[in-house]
Amino acid sequence: MGDTMDQTATSMRIAPAGTDLLSRFDPLIAEREALLATGVRDPFAIVMDEVKSPTLAVIKGKETILLGTYNYMGMTFDPDVIAAGKQALDSFGSGTTGSRVLNGTYQGHKECEDALKAFYGTQHAMVFSTGYQANLGMISTLAGKGDYIVLDADSHASIYDGCALGNAEIVRFRHNSVEDLDKRLGRLPAEAQKLVVLEGVYSMLGDIAPLREMVAAVRKHPNCMILVDEAHGMGFFGKNGRGVYEELGVEDEIDFVVGTFSKSVGTVGGFCVSDHPKFEVLRLVCRPYVFTASLPPSVVATAAASIRKLMHAADKRAHLWENSQRLHKGLVDLGFKLGTDRPQSAIIAVILEDQTQAVAMWQALLELGLYVNMARPPATPAGTYLLRCSLCAEHSSAQVGQILEMFAAAGRLTGAIPG
Amino acid sequence: MSDRQAVFDTVSAQIEPFNKKGVSLTDATTFAGDLEWDSLTVMDFVAAIEDAFDIIITMNMQAEIETVGQLVDAVIKLRGEG
Repeated sequence: MGDTMDQTATSMRIAPAGTDLLSRFDPLIAEREALLATGVRDPFAIVMDEVKSPTLAVIKGKETILLGTYNYMGMTFDPDVIAAGKQALDSFGSGTTGSRVLNGTYQGHKECEDALKAFYGTQHAMVFSTGYQANLGMISTLAGKGDYIVLDADSHASIYDGCALGNAEIVRFRHNSVEDLDKRLGRLPAEAQKLVVLEGVYSMLGDIAPLREMVAAVRKHPNCMILVDEAHGMGFFGKNGRGVYEELGVEDEIDFVVGTFSKSVGTVGGFCVSDHPKFEVLRLVCRPYVFTASLPPSVVATAAASIRKLMHAADKRAHLWENSQRLHKGLVDLGFKLGTDRPQSAIIAVILEDQTQAVAMWQALLELGLYVNMARPPATPAGTYLLRCSLCAEHSSAQVGQILEMFAAAGRLTGAIPG
Repeated sequence: MSDRQAVFDTVSAQIEPFNKKGVSLTDATTFAGDLEWDSLTVMDFVAAIEDAFDIIITMNMQAEIETVGQLVDAVIKLRGEG
């Protein structure tokens, strides 16, 4: 590629106007065109031109506080993490060009799995190329034809997609309802094998699962295994930062924990940890593990360094909790409607009336220098439009103050809160 | 009143809270087309039907059910197995 790239150049077939495979997306194209025609910026096309720290980036020349990342523990610029990545890049090259089960397992992948075993206190750990693939692989491989997967209705897309990839029967229960879970398990054939899939933190509203009660309900029924996705719980919950299942004291009832490196760990990748004696066989039969290239050496090196540091991050956890409580209270005091009555995690969801108000609010915040995530159906529960804020242990107390001032100004400007 | 009619009546009663347009219901009424339900409405409705009849309608089965009549038949079959 030359340095004078012609942005209008084409080299492939340009489909003629009329019906083709992409026509099914016409309603979405029309909705987006109508929205953008009102002059707002596209919430799904933001480019971070510079990233200065876990909490600060430059967007279109403006220094912007980041309140819409999953960088909960602020590990992305940790000097030890960066150094580990650089060293692995120099020593092992830019990529593995192969599957974990063929030429794609390096010393670094084993070290990363050792770090996970130490962090979780488990016998086994399996590293996938993304968190999405970890759910896809574990769920589709564990439950086969004739088995049942029982999942929360508000489960993440990767859990639903794991169900779609496999051949099990899929049963949903109402979000976080222990009674509904219990009832549905009771209606399934006792002899059938069942996988119950739960999440520690639900990422849209930031609410946590009542795992103690849910585990007790599951254990009333025979032939159940429990998988908990701690994507948004790792680093922050529990004495050792293992997740909500640790915080709520149900570790010895959980069969599999799935997680990701793209949140608190601060890079990319996914994993499953377990104490099941036959766990290792999954490396041979799990298609999203086998049929994809393994993570680059620099990525597993940064992950391992970060995970080992997160084992001793009690101070960071305390500061993140303080930030979350302060932002939650501040937003309630300003008159915003939030996804949870009290702060339950590092995610705080501001619920808005409709798409127009959500986009207006999102843009007003961006122009003041604050980035949050906009979330819309079908990603959100009950058809709601949200501005999702996620805090970082590296947000200073001063930054939390600035964030609240910006919310006050944007809220009054857009009518989301009384002037 | 036949058993099928009784199931149809119970299904109809469960549809009512979600029948915002007041569509009159027959075996041929479709959930997506006639009732214009989105996936969230379907989820709530299925949970209500499951509880009303003490059955499970898996997502695999739901994918095959497009009309009220098909749902009534599925409920009768599932109750027979239970």
